[in-house]
Amino acid sequence: MSRRVAVTGIGVVSAFGDTFGEFWTGIAAGVSAIRPMTLVPPGSLRFANAAEAAGFNPTRHFDDKEILYLDRFAQFAAVAAREAMASARLDAHLGDRAAIVTGCCTGGQSTEDENFHSLYAGNQRVSPVTIPRVMGNAGASRISREFGITGPVYTVSTACSSSNHAIGQAFWMVRSGAVDLALAGGSEAPFSLGFLKSWEAMRVVAPDTCRPFSLDRRGLILGEGAAMLMLEPLEAARARGAQIWGEIAGFGMSSDAHHLTQPLAEGAARAMRAALADAVTTPEVFSRDAGYINAHGTGTTANDATETEAIRGVFDGHAHRLLVSSTKSMHGHALGAAGALEAAATLAALRGGIIPPTANFTAPDPACDLDVVPNHSRAAEVEWGMSNSFAFGGLNAVLVFRRA
Amino acid sequence: MSEAGTGPGRATGLVDARVIAVIARMQKIPVDSINLDQSFEDLKIDSLDGINLMFEIENEFGIEIPDEEAKQIGSVRQMTEGIEKLLALKQA
Repeated sequence: MSRRVAVTGIGVVSAFGDTFGEFWTGIAAGVSAIRPMTLVPPGSLRFANAAEAAGFNPTRHFDDKEILYLDRFAQFAAVAAREAMASARLDAHLGDRAAIVTGCCTGGQSTEDENFHSLYAGNQRVSPVTIPRVMGNAGASRISREFGITGPVYTVSTACSSSNHAIGQAFWMVRSGAVDLALAGGSEAPFSLGFLKSWEAMRVVAPDTCRPFSLDRRGLILGEGAAMLMLEPLEAARARGAQIWGEIAGFGMSSDAHHLTQPLAEGAARAMRAALADAVTTPEVFSRDAGYINAHGTGTTANDATETEAIRGVFDGHAHRLLVSSTKSMHGHALGAAGALEAAATLAALRGGIIPPTANFTAPDPACDLDVVPNHSRAAEVEWGMSNSFAFGGLNAVLVFRRA
Repeated sequence: MSEAGTGPGRATGLVDARVIAVIARMQKIPVDSINLDQSFEDLKIDSLDGINLMFEIENEFGIEIPDEEAKQIGSVRQMTEGIEKLLALKQA
């Protein structure tokens, strides 16, 4: 059995707000949500800006006891899942024909940071809820309980590729008939001082803002949030009159087997080719109507040039027809949630005929010579979309989408 | 350690020796296999090794190397010259 797979619900928590609508309105308008950080003490880091979900208020979504048991990252996951469920117009108790696959890189980072800091400062006791708050699957488990989803539920952790791996796995399960519904996406809440100091030490965070593909780009800007997609067979979705955001058409993975942190164009290219092949399409067909690529586009010197080389390698003479943008310039790099946020952006772009821009763009870099949709969104009717995620550790995951 | 009265040349020699000692420790190679004219590439110091090396150098000399300056450093001599500049700024 091989079924076409539709996305019938989308939920997002991001620096733009607690809904998918706020997220898409922001990035479609080319607005950057990168701001001075509030979650760590000012002046404690060499960088000062991030895309925090600053307006997120857990008491609007959970009662006090629930908050006690849920780290911020799991709260994000649950809020995004609720919106995806509501927009798919599905009721709770989905049962064992439904799955959840989430991506997460760091788990309950701030819970871990606070409790370990307290311990090392002399407090001999650590809260017994530390472990259930920290575990990377806390979000998936919460969603499972809330909606009575009793089929396959698990979490994938592959750094910045986590969400794409998660969505890809869920897509394959629905396509093959292993399950009839899947909530898939990812969540991340990485703003603890210890974790941010570790990013500072890697010297890849920009002191100003995120300028993907610009000549004067100075690095990434961290973000946080969650996005969840409801996946179901296209025919079933049509039969029940569900709104259809688009199709997930293909998924491809690869490993560079090269270096701990340096990207490799050939590894990225292999994942893109695998995703196109899985979608039973070709670079030529994909780009015929100006295909859209939501790039990994971190804004680091190495990523953006390597990704350009990979895209050129795959699309060759067709690359000039592509629209390639990095929405990380607006919602930040949300690590394990990045692919999920970018899948939501890609689906909305295809459905709405609006390609979100690469914001904060200043000057072209000859090493990134693609149409990167600088600063202003562009109206374009596009049939195919691709969303790239390339992780530290050399793990690549690429999704291909198709307009419904 | 007081470097008073040692003169600029002497101080430079000390910086060189300390940088080379840190590189030797981080790259797990003998001190006498490292000289000022080598690039990081010659010494098989890749981008991640380089970041790790800067971190150790900052500890060794009690300095902070800004990201933009760190990006410009690609050889042992560029490293020692950069450190001398930062040490001079620190003492000023």
